[in-house]
Amino acid sequence: MIIKILGSGCKKCIALGENARAAAAAAGKQAEIVKVTDMAQIAAYGVMSTPGLVVDEKVVSTGRVLSAEEIGQLI
Amino acid sequence: MTLFGWMNDQVLRMTWLNDLVGQGVAAIGLNPASRVGGSVQFFVYDVIKIFVLLSMLIFAISYVQSHFPPERTRAILGGRSGLGATILAALLGTLTPFCSCSSIPLFIGFTAAGLPLAITFSFLISSPLVDLASVILLASIFNWSIALAYVAVGLLVAVVGGTVIGKLGLEAQVADFVRTVPVTGEVGTMSRRQRLAYARDQVVEIIHRVWPYVLIGVGIGAAIHNWIPQDTITALLGQDKWWAVPLATAIGIPMYADIFGTLPIAEALVGKGVGLGTVLAFMMAVTALSLPSMIMLKRVVRMPLLLTFVGVVGAGILIIGFTFNEITHWFL
Repeated sequence: MIIKILGSGCKKCIALGENARAAAAAAGKQAEIVKVTDMAQIAAYGVMSTPGLVVDEKVVSTGRVLSAEEIGQLI
Repeated sequence: MTLFGWMNDQVLRMTWLNDLVGQGVAAIGLNPASRVGGSVQFFVYDVIKIFVLLSMLIFAISYVQSHFPPERTRAILGGRSGLGATILAALLGTLTPFCSCSSIPLFIGFTAAGLPLAITFSFLISSPLVDLASVILLASIFNWSIALAYVAVGLLVAVVGGTVIGKLGLEAQVADFVRTVPVTGEVGTMSRRQRLAYARDQVVEIIHRVWPYVLIGVGIGAAIHNWIPQDTITALLGQDKWWAVPLATAIGIPMYADIFGTLPIAEALVGKGVGLGTVLAFMMAVTALSLPSMIMLKRVVRMPLLLTFVGVVGAGILIIGFTFNEITHWFL
């Protein structure tokens, strides 16, 4: 599973990345966390508010730092 | 005194806190009427007031804003054009959660969906300029008529600026990749618990982001308030000086600060007899035009459009500054 964090590298994106890592670990899944910081690439997902969360190329959340539990329900 | 006046003084302006801080300053052996004592009182009172008001305001406003994510705003604005839509964009700009770091994805998202430049820029100008929290803080520091006047002229700059940029036909000045971006729908809805959590997170995040600017702003405000002689200030920025407004705007543009950091400076300047228009011009220049946001905008638009944006907004700020200096007596 590939989890992408969309965002310009702000604190929120780092927090979201850590929550995603924790969620994957809790679910016992092998997940690769990828940070996408290029604005053109972020926009290419149709995301307008960062941080965005993309699981296997599907945008599942934007504009919010989800908790590890919330991410757990999405992966 | 009317009940409203009392509420305004005690709750919004927290005059009781100022008195309390004054007593505290006196208790540690400083005279609040002296320079040092006065500076300490101004600093402590303003810092506490701004952080308390900010926390409560951001919580309440973020809850409202959670109903208006950018995807929703774009859907509301989609397919509209003309003056009505430009005004609607300016109004939504005050509601949509916004930080300058997200202006670029927003710009791309709006443009890719085919929204006219007039609407996109109206939104982009109003969003940092007119913010619900800043309006209430303005009412706390000055009064309600100034706060409402600020909203009115802020929206006016956004609508007129957007309209002018739209009329110039600069669509070709948008970077090519913007047009090829896919447009997706709204992503999920939030439950009430999620909205409350979101509002709480926003308080933590925004306070974390703005506290240095607020402390610096209050520090500069305290310095102006107690240390810089009135003559010096009025010689530079006095109401009779034609260059006061352009100078305040020119100083404000390269500065990057949150509106919350500029408010204590504005408060101290008005106290020293600087014109209301000059102070408003300074605040608007700091918030609407800043170097970091221009550098980011440069990545998605070509130079002529960027310069037009700066020129149009700058001209609007100057006009507002001069106008308000003429009619200051209506408000103070």
